[in-house]
Amino acid sequence: MSRRPLVRECPPTSWYFRQPRYLRYMSREITSIFVGAYCVLLVVGLQRLSAGPAAWDGFLLALRSPASVVFQFLALVAAVYHAATWFNATQKAMPLQIGEDFVPGNIISGAHYVAWGVLSVVVLFLAGVF
Amino acid sequence: MAKSHKPVVWFPFAAGGTVIAFCIPVIVLLTFLAALGHVPAGLSYDKMHSFAVSVLGKLIIFGVVALSLWSSAHRLRCTCYDFGLRADTLAAAVLYVAAIIGSVASAVFLLRI
Repeated sequence: MSRRPLVRECPPTSWYFRQPRYLRYMSREITSIFVGAYCVLLVVGLQRLSAGPAAWDGFLLALRSPASVVFQFLALVAAVYHAATWFNATQKAMPLQIGEDFVPGNIISGAHYVAWGVLSVVVLFLAGVF
Repeated sequence: MAKSHKPVVWFPFAAGGTVIAFCIPVIVLLTFLAALGHVPAGLSYDKMHSFAVSVLGKLIIFGVVALSLWSSAHRLRCTCYDFGLRADTLAAAVLYVAAIIGSVASAVFLLRI
């Protein structure tokens, strides 16, 4: 009798359709594409800023093209989704022990959400949005 | 003793992930407002220039951009692998080199301001 080791077949390009949790994992992975592209946009913006007022105003004007509006919207959704999942993971990634007990996970994640909200409001205020 | 180069990649990745989570959504919101035609006062050339001309401003901008680039490069590498691209060494080389070029370029642009 020959011994046949179990070989699990795993389709390399479509494995994540097998389980909802794999799909959730991949939906988070996809946000890296938009965030990465947005980082490139930031570098371009820095170059425009260093090139002077006319170049910067041209950059702001280029942001208003329809393709840019769609991209920024998708990047905003991706960035918020990445942030929310990141903060949800903090309670697993850095559990906090005080004495004998662990601090409840939702307090750790909640503290991150509060800090995120405060920081965002401060940045919006400094940027003159309100 | 076995040594791993993983911490070198991991530290900027984790720091970048935190920076992206805290800072990028509000930055995207600002440029999204600009894209919709409501340019926030803080995005005017004078305001941006006076922020980027200070040493603190340069450090903040460079920290956010460079860490976000590095973290994104690492995440994109994992994403490539998960979508079935098995040439991991190639993907890692291309993405990390791109992140380094972007970081150096940001530093050069900032020093020119």
